Amino acid sequence: MAGLLDGLPPDALSFVYLVAAVLFIVGLRRLTHPRTAARGNLISASGMALAVGVTVLWFEILSPLVLGAALLVGAGIGTWLALSVETTDMPQLVGLFNGFGGGASALVAGAELVDQVGTAGVADLTLTATGAAAVTGLIGAVTFCGSLVAAGKLHGIYDRPIHYPVENAVKVGIAGVAVLVGLALLTQPALGLLPMGELVAPYWALLVVASLLGVLVVVPIGGADMPVVIALLNAGSGLAAASTGFVLNNSVLIVAGTLVGASGLILTRIMCRSMNRSLANVLFGGYGRSETAD
Amino acid sequence: MAFIENLTLFVLAGFLGYELVTKIPATLHTPLISGTNAISGITLIGSVVVAGSGNSTLASVLGFFAVVLATINVVGGYLVSHKMLRSFGRRGGE
Repeated sequence: MAGLLDGLPPDALSFVYLVAAVLFIVGLRRLTHPRTAARGNLISASGMALAVGVTVLWFEILSPLVLGAALLVGAGIGTWLALSVETTDMPQLVGLFNGFGGGASALVAGAELVDQVGTAGVADLTLTATGAAAVTGLIGAVTFCGSLVAAGKLHGIYDRPIHYPVENAVKVGIAGVAVLVGLALLTQPALGLLPMGELVAPYWALLVVASLLGVLVVVPIGGADMPVVIALLNAGSGLAAASTGFVLNNSVLIVAGTLVGASGLILTRIMCRSMNRSLANVLFGGYGRSETAD
Repeated sequence: MAFIENLTLFVLAGFLGYELVTKIPATLHTPLISGTNAISGITLIGSVVVAGSGNSTLASVLGFFAVVLATINVVGGYLVSHKMLRSFGRRGGE
């Protein structure tokens, strides 16, 4: 690992990550007060710039052109979307970004598994890596697809709840399948597509099942409940980032992701309480369908 | 044992996140979701490492798409939050 910052002690990177984590915490605290919120956002953004900048300089990047292109494309699209959005369309854009974050975490965990298998072989995958990757894949893919549906509903593409037969049984069933595929990843990471064991097929199967689950859970929920769903999915993208941190053994991913996950869950609860609903009622609205005036 | 150290960070950060937002006013809910959403783009760091390592072509390709998605999340997330909070500040804040 010889990047541009070659020569610095290995702990220097961890130290910079610690500084970034502190900036996230201070920024998040300021975000909760009206007068300091805008400054809080800037502080958290500076933490992000610091963490990403040092990471790019620290590691030996074998294909700097490809990485640079990816960063430029992403920054361009993100800037364009954020600057062109109308104020009324902001919630669905936040939902969309949120899905991208979850999707990125799911891709990273998968890429890391592929990378580890490619360099060290399937036998050397640790239970921590596969377990954390399974959690990342499940939460990340649910967040990605759930957020796309939620953003679409907020955008008015399809804001009515769509119900299907034996809804909750289907959701529980698919969730069960996802858990089984996750367990297959833990026990038999080379399962399926045997000649191409380095693909870690169970992981990608898990992403497919989890994506379906994300769609099935959000589709029956009405447009009026979408803010709560976005808050919950936001917590999901944070938790996905945190468990990616377990896969990559990276402290700042764990701290920042968990901060988002925990604050998102609490916010979800606060928002449910202010609507006089329980989260279960929002997610599995079957019982409360008559109360849900759509 | 890296795992137990990571678990320690996870649990402590969880309590911290809980404490930080318990007393948030309702008007700041959407900006907070947007602002924390940008923070969850921290996964970009993982994407950069994986995309740049170049050990396997497949991992690099996946990493490339992860970098694009995460960068959209980070850059767009912070900009949208900034836009939201600026209009918020004009209405009632500073």
